[in-house]
Amino acid sequence: MWKKIFDWLDERLGLNDIYKNLLDRPEPRGNWWNTLGSASLFLFVLQGLTGIFLTVYYTPSPDHAYDSIQYIMEGVAFGWLIRGIHHWGASLMVIVVFIHMLRVFVTASYKYPRELTWLIGVGLLLATIGMGFTGYLLPWNQRAYWATTVGTQIAGSVPFIGEFILKALRGGPDLSALTLQRFFSGHIWMIPAILAALIGVHLFLIIKHGESHFPTRED
Amino acid sequence: MSEVSRREFIKVTTGIVGGIIGAVIGLPTVYYLIDPALREGAKEAWIPIGKLEHMEIGKPYPFSFTRVQVNGWERTSTSHGGFVTRNSEAPDDLFILNSKCTHLACTVNWSDNDQVYLCPCHDAKFGRQGEVLDGPPPRPLDRFDEFRVTEDGTLEIFYKEG
Repeated sequence: MWKKIFDWLDERLGLNDIYKNLLDRPEPRGNWWNTLGSASLFLFVLQGLTGIFLTVYYTPSPDHAYDSIQYIMEGVAFGWLIRGIHHWGASLMVIVVFIHMLRVFVTASYKYPRELTWLIGVGLLLATIGMGFTGYLLPWNQRAYWATTVGTQIAGSVPFIGEFILKALRGGPDLSALTLQRFFSGHIWMIPAILAALIGVHLFLIIKHGESHFPTRED
Repeated sequence: MSEVSRREFIKVTTGIVGGIIGAVIGLPTVYYLIDPALREGAKEAWIPIGKLEHMEIGKPYPFSFTRVQVNGWERTSTSHGGFVTRNSEAPDDLFILNSKCTHLACTVNWSDNDQVYLCPCHDAKFGRQGEVLDGPPPRPLDRFDEFRVTEDGTLEIFYKEG
């Protein structure tokens, strides 16, 4: 019965082909360092899911942001777990993505024909840091407020266009409800959309090229 | 026992570990989402409004109380009030009016001089029993029909949301 349903679907969707090409592809003799990309992907999905669930209660307004997070932590069943995973997962994701980059650098996996995979990876690293930067403001506590004040000031120290960048980031000269709202929008819509698109291309390229062998003495 | 291939072992282990991770995150998440639906709001309660012995017979006795509604991190408090009028010494021979005007919900006051309830908003007048004497109200003042007197002589009314 199930076999029949599966065969019917497989004939039309090519499930077996997808499985073979995505998950059953040949790998070089690797080691655990090669799993960091998958770990990054897993963390991205985890952050996405917990983030979606957090928006059920989180309210991005100066009047409510802090209280809504207090409520998530103390009022809602398992709110502490969802936010805890999102909070620690964020730090972990930056670390894992960074070590992933180091691994690629050390094993020289960025070379021909994988230059574009590397460049897109740079975009992914920047987007991940952008997620960290925008997400840090959302609790709207003292630390978040002043970290963003300083962070946007640093961005504002760029010669000539600094003031423009600062105002664009803050949505005006000061940190305000506009800042919180645009950081929220960036955090849940814009940067995740960029991340997802880049991850798609990144994965396509990895599947197309296969994973690189570790360099040997001859290389 | 039959030999388990390395490939088979990895598959099964991945499935089990994945299942555990999914359950550990998934089940609390369901609870997290439906949590507000599982809470019981205090929609009704017995509210003490005063000692019976302090209420003069035949004279409306004013009382007021506040209800706090908690929604998430927001607390809304609403004030309520009314008047108790005792007809005789008998503990249950009384009626309790809601002081909320039936026109636009302003609070009416008892006027000793005119022996009527006056609404400050549109000059409505209600009689001692709450009946409309003058002004725009569509119906007499509402009553708290459910009340009880406790053993120590405190009058309590049953308050129900809405």
